[in-house]
Amino acid sequence: MKPIIALAVLGAGLAPATGCNEQSTLVRVDGSSTVFPITEAVAEEFQKTAQSVRVTVGISGTGGGFQKFCRGETDITDASRPIKPSEVEACRAGGVGYVEVPVAYDGIAIVTNPRNTWATSITVEELRRLWQPEAQGHVTRWSRVRPGWPDREIHLFGPGVDSGTYDYFTEAIVGKEHSSRGDYTSSEDDNVLVQGIASDELALGLFGLAYYEENRGRLKVLPVDDGEPDNGAGPIVPSAETVRNGTYQPLSRPLFIYVASRALERPEVSSFMRFYLEKSSSLVREVGYIPLPDRAYVLARERVDSRRTGSLFGGRGSQVGVSIEALLERAAEAPR
Amino acid sequence: MTAALARSLTERQDVGTERAFRAICLLAIALPLLLLVALFGGALIEAWPRLGWGFLTSYPSRSPELAGVLPALAGSAFLMVLTALMAIPLGLGAALYLEEYARPGWITSLVELNISNLAGVPSIIYGLLGLELFVRVLSLGRSLVAGAATLALLLLPMVIMASREALRTVPRSLREASWALGGDRWQTLRRVVLPMCLPGVLTGIILSLARAIGETAPLITIGALTYVAFVPDSLSSPFTALPIQIFNWVSRPQAGFHVDAAAGIVVLLLLMLLMNGTAIWLRKRLQRRIYW
Repeated sequence: MKPIIALAVLGAGLAPATGCNEQSTLVRVDGSSTVFPITEAVAEEFQKTAQSVRVTVGISGTGGGFQKFCRGETDITDASRPIKPSEVEACRAGGVGYVEVPVAYDGIAIVTNPRNTWATSITVEELRRLWQPEAQGHVTRWSRVRPGWPDREIHLFGPGVDSGTYDYFTEAIVGKEHSSRGDYTSSEDDNVLVQGIASDELALGLFGLAYYEENRGRLKVLPVDDGEPDNGAGPIVPSAETVRNGTYQPLSRPLFIYVASRALERPEVSSFMRFYLEKSSSLVREVGYIPLPDRAYVLARERVDSRRTGSLFGGRGSQVGVSIEALLERAAEAPR
Repeated sequence: MTAALARSLTERQDVGTERAFRAICLLAIALPLLLLVALFGGALIEAWPRLGWGFLTSYPSRSPELAGVLPALAGSAFLMVLTALMAIPLGLGAALYLEEYARPGWITSLVELNISNLAGVPSIIYGLLGLELFVRVLSLGRSLVAGAATLALLLLPMVIMASREALRTVPRSLREASWALGGDRWQTLRRVVLPMCLPGVLTGIILSLARAIGETAPLITIGALTYVAFVPDSLSSPFTALPIQIFNWVSRPQAGFHVDAAAGIVVLLLLMLLMNGTAIWLRKRLQRRIYW
């Protein structure tokens, strides 16, 4: 049966394209590779219930996704950080209004090799000393990070500078988005970082929590202490629980999708969004991320239904230590 | 006496050099072959549990054991067909003009120089060109036809160069014989030159197509997608391709997706082998029809 379909399609494909009436049943999503697995899972389930609607998902990164989104080329864009001022401006210029919808949490894990016996936790202050731009060429040995750690080289592994993970980490640790030392091994592919750290006793690296969970046997995770006792005292181990209840700070971040207001007028887009928020809490867990509290999904859905445009973060990009639920509550109560 | 000794010594030396050279050549062929076997074997072993009809006929999925390559495989296949349809007439036409019609001069030399340079331009540049020209200016959108047109541009220099090489292998004496019999330029081209160079032209085209099927950068630039749960059904349809699907699976955290990636690699390699095999078969078949 399938080969026949393939042949028929080949024939149709070679014939001149007729009209664009399929455009109306297409939901076009693009953006962050971090958020991709969630949107893929939702799209897969959605297509089972709505056979006539086609959902396509691309990966062009959070920044690349916003570029297309603000030109009106996509209906929904995946983002691993809130929209930045330059992107707010681009969307205004392109006449694209949008609703910001948080869909999940992700933790960023600080990881070493299991043969590393000395490091059992790390503080935010130490991470800052290690990753800030001034550390380049200076903080190159473990003993420089914390006195008492061995006088041996430290080998750093981290995300590529185009990723949302990099943006969030630098904002949370260095205090300035997109600013860090440059002398570390970087890769856009977290599996490459996993490989590197798993085979280097002197390594320290960071990547999404899901990659640690899948490689527990080959890596050691460092609990992080933010020095603020009111959200959990001492070093906190990253886990679904500590990310969700806001104690693993500041390295927990929300993930988003942005939907264009104009696209929401189309029934297939609004029913896809409704489906997204209904199914997220189970599907998010399945693909390795951490669901928001149930109340947050209800609030997010109200936000979509009432077409509340703009960003919860005031269009200022990554912000640290925020509770999505509280932000949504506040936004829902605010006068329109 | 001494002269005879000297001669026998040089002869022995020659034998030694000959053997050494042979060994080096053998090594030169063995190394890439071993590498290919190791790569293919490695991927095959990892992919074995996932390889099967189901993998070829399923859509991508969040569960690695249900995921398949159908949209990517179909996307790659349509891309190749459309690319060939665009690149062959243009490439062969350009080669024919340059070899048979163009008067030698500085303009022709400039064109030739530019074509050789274009063959060395990184593929992502073609992607950017395709994005601006096909996707935006000609407003073809992020569609199958825009992808194929971009790949066709990428292949054009290679197709032109391969076709020109093939055209040059046709001896001048045969053209002269055709002219002597009263054939004009068109008749000579159609009846003598084209049939004789066809095997070479086709081989060149199929080999460059086999290269294009592994291209990812230009396709991602023009907006090929990653998750598509349908087979493209028109020229303006959104699409994905095998290398993009493989890249996505490789970068996922779950080990199950890495098995899918290996299976995707095996499918891509088999497709390439099939194309290269077709090239060899076509050449053999067409060569049989040629008599000197």
